[in-house]
Amino acid sequence: MTSQFGRRKFLLYGSATLGTAMLLKACGAPTDTATDDAAAEGGDEAAAGDGGETIKVGILHSLSGTMAISETTVVDAEKLAIKEINEAGGVLGQQIEFVEEDGASDWPTFAEKAEKLIDQDEVVTVFGCWTSASRKAVLPVFESKDHMLWYPVQYEGQECSKNIFYTGAAPNQQIEPAVDWLLENKGTDFFLVGSDYVFPRTANTIIKEQLAAKGGTTVGEDYLPLGNTEVTPIITKIRAALPDGGVIFNSLNGDSNVAFFKQLQGAGMTPDLYPVMSVSVAEEEVRQIGPEFLVGHYAAWNYFQTVESPENEKWVADFKAEYGEDRVTNDPMEAAYIMVYLWKQAVEEAGTTDIAAVREAAYGQEFAAPEGPVTMNPNHHISKTVRIGQVRDDGLFEIVSSTDGPIDPVPWNQYVPETQGFACDWSDPEKGGKYETEGA
Amino acid sequence: MIEGLIGGLFNGISIGAVLLIVALGLAIVFGLMGVINLAHGELMMLGAYTTYVVQNGANLIGGPAPELYIFAALPMAFLVAALTGLVLERGVIRYLYGRPLETLLATWGVSLILRQFVRSVNWAMVIGLVLFCVLFFGGRWLIQKQRTLNSTITTVMVALSGAIALVAGLIINQSGGTALSRAWFSARNVDVTAPSWLRGGVSLGTTLQFPYARLFIIVLTVLCLVGVYWFLQGSSWGLRIRSVTQNRTMSACMGIPTERVDALTFALGSGLAGIAGCAVTLLGSVGPNLGGNYIVDAFMVVVVGGVGKLVGSIVAALVIGIITYLVGSGTLALLLAPYPGLSPVMDFFTFFATTSMAKVMVFALIIAFLQVRPAGMFPQKGRTAEV
Repeated sequence: MTSQFGRRKFLLYGSATLGTAMLLKACGAPTDTATDDAAAEGGDEAAAGDGGETIKVGILHSLSGTMAISETTVVDAEKLAIKEINEAGGVLGQQIEFVEEDGASDWPTFAEKAEKLIDQDEVVTVFGCWTSASRKAVLPVFESKDHMLWYPVQYEGQECSKNIFYTGAAPNQQIEPAVDWLLENKGTDFFLVGSDYVFPRTANTIIKEQLAAKGGTTVGEDYLPLGNTEVTPIITKIRAALPDGGVIFNSLNGDSNVAFFKQLQGAGMTPDLYPVMSVSVAEEEVRQIGPEFLVGHYAAWNYFQTVESPENEKWVADFKAEYGEDRVTNDPMEAAYIMVYLWKQAVEEAGTTDIAAVREAAYGQEFAAPEGPVTMNPNHHISKTVRIGQVRDDGLFEIVSSTDGPIDPVPWNQYVPETQGFACDWSDPEKGGKYETEGA
Repeated sequence: MIEGLIGGLFNGISIGAVLLIVALGLAIVFGLMGVINLAHGELMMLGAYTTYVVQNGANLIGGPAPELYIFAALPMAFLVAALTGLVLERGVIRYLYGRPLETLLATWGVSLILRQFVRSVNWAMVIGLVLFCVLFFGGRWLIQKQRTLNSTITTVMVALSGAIALVAGLIINQSGGTALSRAWFSARNVDVTAPSWLRGGVSLGTTLQFPYARLFIIVLTVLCLVGVYWFLQGSSWGLRIRSVTQNRTMSACMGIPTERVDALTFALGSGLAGIAGCAVTLLGSVGPNLGGNYIVDAFMVVVVGGVGKLVGSIVAALVIGIITYLVGSGTLALLLAPYPGLSPVMDFFTFFATTSMAKVMVFALIIAFLQVRPAGMFPQKGRTAEV
């Protein structure tokens, strides 16, 4: 039978397969086309307004791969902010047009796409990245081209680039208060679990130093490769190290969280004995893991959907109106939303989209964010309120602790010996990204 | 000490059971047929998504259905994956038998198509695909009644029906409203929740806890093994499969329909992948990339066990599972702790006692093992092995 199929027939069926694949692809791009349409509409309005000029910005996140679970939600928030700004008249009288690229959860791809956005699309700024690994991959690109990246996710600190604005929490705005709260309320024995890349490893270094300084103990730590779902050995280790219960500090990212919480419950480790404090699990992840696995566990963020403020109520309502009633908002999405507005305010103050001028104008920008007032500091990070939440049955968070006002960011960690006494100030050319403070 | 040993053995076996159920389908497709199927993981992913759909259906029905959906999901996952496997074998792989490199590339391509399919499937796309199939195969059938087909006609038909389906799909996508153009699953992971009786576990003693989900997977793996063994050894189709595996030409001469045997074997292997996909939803996340997390492990098990021998895969999965657990959980290091003379060895194992490093060590051991026994634990003996 095989002999009856010559090269010609093979080619034929091959082309049929190719055609089908193209069909799949063409039909499978409703979101892309829709956004292109939106952008095109925006462009049309602008054309009617002032001669077809638009301001191009880049959006660079993973739309596929293991990080897509988290990053696509951030893209939604950024698009919402751009749409709102465009509807309110745009920036400097021009409409914003976005160019979207897929980093595909692959760090070299991020660098490649960043170069493409800067050189080929000539965007004036880029909103993008989630994992620290992807940020570290694009960092040399933005620095060598002296361009501008806005980064919306809480991260491990120990970085202060002239070319990046960080609107997520620095460690002293998330991890350190979380550890303090746990020491005060939940016990002093900590087991650290994280994904195997730069954020969890650096975060855990900070936590270990902090615990040593404040009388806590680190009883063990372990790291899972991204995407790994076999957590049995880790659960055994936690049980052996904490036979009578204790605190688990979780900096797993992406898919591994699902396996971790499902199997933690399977092992009979309940939140009353083994409370887990997560720093990468927000409303969106809770929904996808399943709230029944997470009820009673904790998370530390600057923003929860349950924050009570008029700004937040409006934002949540707007977001649901745009993307559907069943959607939730979370911290990185909120940070992504406010960074677009902070950029817009800086551009308006500078009166131009020139990168150096916008950077100067960004310092001191204030915004009434859903989480409360935020301010851009000269160290490229923003002052934020810190909150601890406990997962409820409905998958949202009960806020159990909250700071009185915004906490100023400290990018160079003061618990780690190598960076103790250092600070960052880009408004003063004398100081720059890492200078020694006088007190040290 | 006894408790530790039992716990270690149980955890090792439970890791091995996951490896085994994932590798079982591959052991048939790769082991018996010699087809390197890189889309195996994606067939698992289809099984997992079937579980998700069945779960949502059960939640809609209500009553006791959400508690029992897993029993409906297992055969459904088997069917969906087996049918996809059948289409894959009839459509692509049968033209590539005996050409491992081309098979590898073609199945890799299929795996990418399947991933993207799950990300972007919506009603418009399904309507377009169905339209294409109706036009193409229906047209072929009509023409075949009048005259014999030649390649020119077929080319024209592929182009025509493809173009019509594409345009129809695009039009529906643009104008059909969100109900038709909305992706079923999207790129985001979906949430599959185990029935409540599979959450939690049995406690034994003070430190031992056997999670129900793990026990369920072990039982399921054993059932699958028994089923496959019975099918291969006890049924007449199993006899044909074994004979084709041993000597294809001779079997064909004896009147065995080798083509149908190939299709059946591939569908069986694919269906087992679907069951594995259903099983891993109890442990981890369900997303378009689910298959990628398991495919390497599955090949590893089959290669270490010895291609062509199911018993090899069983032993290899258990051994790899137990070693992964003993090294990764630090149990080995703990066992050596009482002997001060062995402290350098203990330090060595403590160094490898993290999940990432345990993986490194397991792979290093496998490489070393394959240097000594290139054909795996249970190499095939006899004449076929050399051919």
